[in-house]
Amino acid sequence: MEQGLDLGINGYASFELFGKTFWLTNTHISVIIVVLVITILAIIANRIIRKADPSKEPGKALNVIELVVDAIDSITRSNMGDKHFRGFCNYIGTLMIFLVLSNTVGIFGLRPPTADYGITFGLAIITFFLIHINGFRYQKMKHLTDLFHPIPLTPINIIGEVATPISMSLRLFGNILSGTIIMALIYGLLPKFLLLFWPGVLHIYFDLFSGAIQAFVFSMLTMVFIAKNFED
Amino acid sequence: MGEFNKFFVEGLACLGAGIGMIAGMGPGIGQGYAAGQGCAAVGRNPGAKGSVMTTMLLGQAVAETTGLYSLVVAIILIFANPYTK
Repeated sequence: MEQGLDLGINGYASFELFGKTFWLTNTHISVIIVVLVITILAIIANRIIRKADPSKEPGKALNVIELVVDAIDSITRSNMGDKHFRGFCNYIGTLMIFLVLSNTVGIFGLRPPTADYGITFGLAIITFFLIHINGFRYQKMKHLTDLFHPIPLTPINIIGEVATPISMSLRLFGNILSGTIIMALIYGLLPKFLLLFWPGVLHIYFDLFSGAIQAFVFSMLTMVFIAKNFED
Repeated sequence: MGEFNKFFVEGLACLGAGIGMIAGMGPGIGQGYAAGQGCAAVGRNPGAKGSVMTTMLLGQAVAETTGLYSLVVAIILIFANPYTK
């Protein structure tokens, strides 16, 4: 435990509120850094778009912004259909950018915010409410009566609905946390000369590849579960 | 709880975490099968590589969930053991 074996969530400062002790942990610091980076990028993108001249050909930065927006639009359109995707591509884009940044932030030495169950469970709860609000909006009362469709299977249907956010949040949490733990073990247990190059190889897999795949899977599952309500 | 019992519970909890991770076998078999079927599908129809890849990754991520449940149980047993409190 001495040589930088950092597995858990560390508190840095505590304060009292309503008779309880709250901690400012490294998860909060990572979240604040990620949100600040996203905000600054958004402000820069806004400046670039506002200055753009439609009669000329786009510059380098504008091309990258258009590429990102176009990719998010097309992936949302292919999963949710031409009719409904306009209302959701903003949320899906926000989710994807936040998840990609916060899963890969471990490469800069921060603890990934998604390795904290509070954040993944919060995101999954948002998905849960989106699924059921859109279910009632597009299917009316059929969304409720579908639960009792074969009467003997009612408990299993209810458990299946409740298990959706739990399995989604645990999937993201487990993937990122296992990567964090393996990287901490590697950093803590390997001899010094191996630390020069070997963790870099593993960072590519555990932070970049696994983080991007899990961000994609989480937003993909959100889209699939919401789009299940559109068909009649 | 006595001193001996505390160490006994901690040791058996670590043993249980190790045994629980045998559940990692199932997702391995499932993901390998999905990847093999994905390869077969791309070989039969190389034009559909993009959508086959997307579907395969999504299915593999869903199949991984049971293994991650055992991982979470193992992590709880080692780092946040409820029996030694």
